[in-house]
Amino acid sequence: MPLTPVLTQRFAAERSWTLETYERLDGYAALRQALAMTPDELVALVKDSGLRGRGGAGFPTGMKWSFIPQPKPGETPTGPAAAPKYLVVNADEGEPGTCKDVPLMMADPHSLIEGVAIAAYAIRSHFAVIYVRGEAVHAHRRLVAAVQEAYAAGYLGTDVLGSGWDVELVVHAGAGAYICGEETALLESLEGYRGQPRLKPPFPAVAGLYGSPTVINNVETLATVPYVVRGGAEWFKRFGPEKSPGPKIYSLSGRVVHPGQYEAPMGTTMRELLAMAGGVRPGHRLKFWTPGGSSTPYFTPEHLDVPLDFDSVGKAGSMLGTTALMVFDETDSIVEATLRFTEFYAHESCGKCTPCREGTSWLVQVLERLVHGQGKATDLDLLTDIADNILGRSFCALGDGATSCIASSMKYFRDDYVALLPPDEQVRLGRSLRLEPVAAVPVGAMA
Amino acid sequence: MTALGSSREAEATTGLDAGPTAHVADLPPLTAQTEAEARELMARYPQPRSALLPMLHLVQSVQGYVSPEGVGFCARLLGLTKAEIGAVATFYTMFKRHPTGEHLVSVCTNTLCAVLGGKRIYDALSADLGVGHDQTTADGTITLEHAECLAACDHAPVVTVDYEFYDQQDVESARALVTALRMGEKPPPTRGAPLTDFRGVSRQLAGLSQHADAAAAQAAVDGPSAGVPTLVGVRLAAERGETAPPYDTPEPEPAPAPDVPTAGTTGETPAEQAADTAVAAAGNPAERAGAEQHHPDTPEPAGRQPAERGAEGTDRPATQGQAGSGTSVEREV
Repeated sequence: MPLTPVLTQRFAAERSWTLETYERLDGYAALRQALAMTPDELVALVKDSGLRGRGGAGFPTGMKWSFIPQPKPGETPTGPAAAPKYLVVNADEGEPGTCKDVPLMMADPHSLIEGVAIAAYAIRSHFAVIYVRGEAVHAHRRLVAAVQEAYAAGYLGTDVLGSGWDVELVVHAGAGAYICGEETALLESLEGYRGQPRLKPPFPAVAGLYGSPTVINNVETLATVPYVVRGGAEWFKRFGPEKSPGPKIYSLSGRVVHPGQYEAPMGTTMRELLAMAGGVRPGHRLKFWTPGGSSTPYFTPEHLDVPLDFDSVGKAGSMLGTTALMVFDETDSIVEATLRFTEFYAHESCGKCTPCREGTSWLVQVLERLVHGQGKATDLDLLTDIADNILGRSFCALGDGATSCIASSMKYFRDDYVALLPPDEQVRLGRSLRLEPVAAVPVGAMA
Repeated sequence: MTALGSSREAEATTGLDAGPTAHVADLPPLTAQTEAEARELMARYPQPRSALLPMLHLVQSVQGYVSPEGVGFCARLLGLTKAEIGAVATFYTMFKRHPTGEHLVSVCTNTLCAVLGGKRIYDALSADLGVGHDQTTADGTITLEHAECLAACDHAPVVTVDYEFYDQQDVESARALVTALRMGEKPPPTRGAPLTDFRGVSRQLAGLSQHADAAAAQAAVDGPSAGVPTLVGVRLAAERGETAPPYDTPEPEPAPAPDVPTAGTTGETPAEQAADTAVAAAGNPAERAGAEQHHPDTPEPAGRQPAERGAEGTDRPATQGQAGSGTSVEREV
């Protein structure tokens, strides 16, 4: 499949982050077009396009917008329909491996702002917030400057482009908490509390920010919206598979010759992307990779031809996540990589629910002794058991995500775990007699 | 915490550990102006408590950490208890519980950066500086920390100083960076604004203008943002002549033409230009062609002319079939 720069098309333009450049390159044409439509027509258009959320879950964007309770014509609204509507942008990019939103916000902040304006109009909101990860300070800086430009040019504020519709947009910096990428934790944080997730239902569409109907969309999702408006639903569907269409930023990192951002249609395969990125570094071979960040189960070379779209990756046993393709070769220890990811989850667990808070720390302890050659024969089953008690029993997706690397590394690389056991424990496991000697990657390769 | 030597719990300064808070002499006071700015932040939101995180960034911009005075300040303005403020402040990694050095040096030691050398960088800096995670050198210049994924994996391994990116570091480059910082120099980041200090950048995070004069503010915004990995996909597409299918508009409107970047305007640093040169020297003809195209000495390409923009743009008719057939995935999944 070819590269199809849409969201990245202005990345290399001169001073791409300025309003001047953005307007010169078709910027804010979609907003003018959108304001000539009714909000309901816009929601229908985004539904028809098949756009699915780029934050990881892949929920249909138009459907999410349509869940916002709106007043019915001729009736006095009550309940949520009468409450103000809010649009919140999840720009708290922090999933390990994920590095698509920060470059987008730095290179082309106006595309996000235009998407915000269109989405806010579509859900009849007058207040929107971009919740930017605090560490992404340069993205924050560019967004603040771009929002000022957009206000001055009449794309935000009162009576946007003479439409009679008002919208305020605030750029809000987080303060370092991965959990705030979870949408209800983000809302808690935005309300000035500890970033701990809320029980659902009620869903944010009914009771979100300040208890009012709220849409929470990812950066890349909203930055895609102006192109959906400009090109139309049929155009958008020409990228990738019918049920998961659109251009997608694939982020390759790790043991590849040319890491970076490659925008291609949904459904592009890792084999194709690796070829674009110059392949795995010379003299080495692919061992394992993630299709969408550390919370998505590992893939192996046997998955190189899986089309990277939501449904195909799900069918192949993982998740598309954020299309964060971290590449590891045979010099990288799967167990040590899994330990580092698990330490991350233990650190970032918000502490609200027991399975995640305790379970992730237990996983770290077991993995640590394995990596140090002090594992026990029973540890392999113990890891699986702990993971099983986190998955599906945690309050939010962080806990579930923490088990992905455990379960998938066990599934594909169990022998690598066995190889780390002391010889007597291998005998106890009854494996050393049957196994070919396993060449363990030396522990500490990461050091 | 195998990878990092000692347990994270032992090193943690945020979260549920309620250690004694150091009292620091000679802190700059939170003034009437600070209060006015805090009230300005509170007024931005439908409910003032939403400004709490920005206000804590504001406190850090004055005092370098969330001081007991700062907790009381936020509590008073928001009508909350100090315990309520403390509960929030201790949840977030970026809120520091003891004074931060002039610069905060963060080394990513999450998996991807770690395998590419991030762990070695952290260990070397820690040994050189004689400090561990979240500790400050005796001269007050550097606070060191190991960071979780900084959303720059394509530029791994990364180090940030006051959250500005220093990309593709190794032990030697990171050592040189920290040495320069300790001597009072401010080496320019690979991606980010010209370096100020931890307190200065905290003002940006609070949502307030960090720079008094407009030129400095503009220079900060214009600081480089695109590394080679950021642009590798668009450049490859340009070299291969690959584009997205054109819009299905009845009246053709000029779709955005990918501008050919010229040096110094895409936010490239000399290091990035050198990297481009290296790519060009790698012997891949397509990439060499691309690099030449981007060379600063190359005359302004014809793509700027409206008449010819189509040839560069996404709406070129000749590409329609090609790109269309290529992207309308017949492949069944």
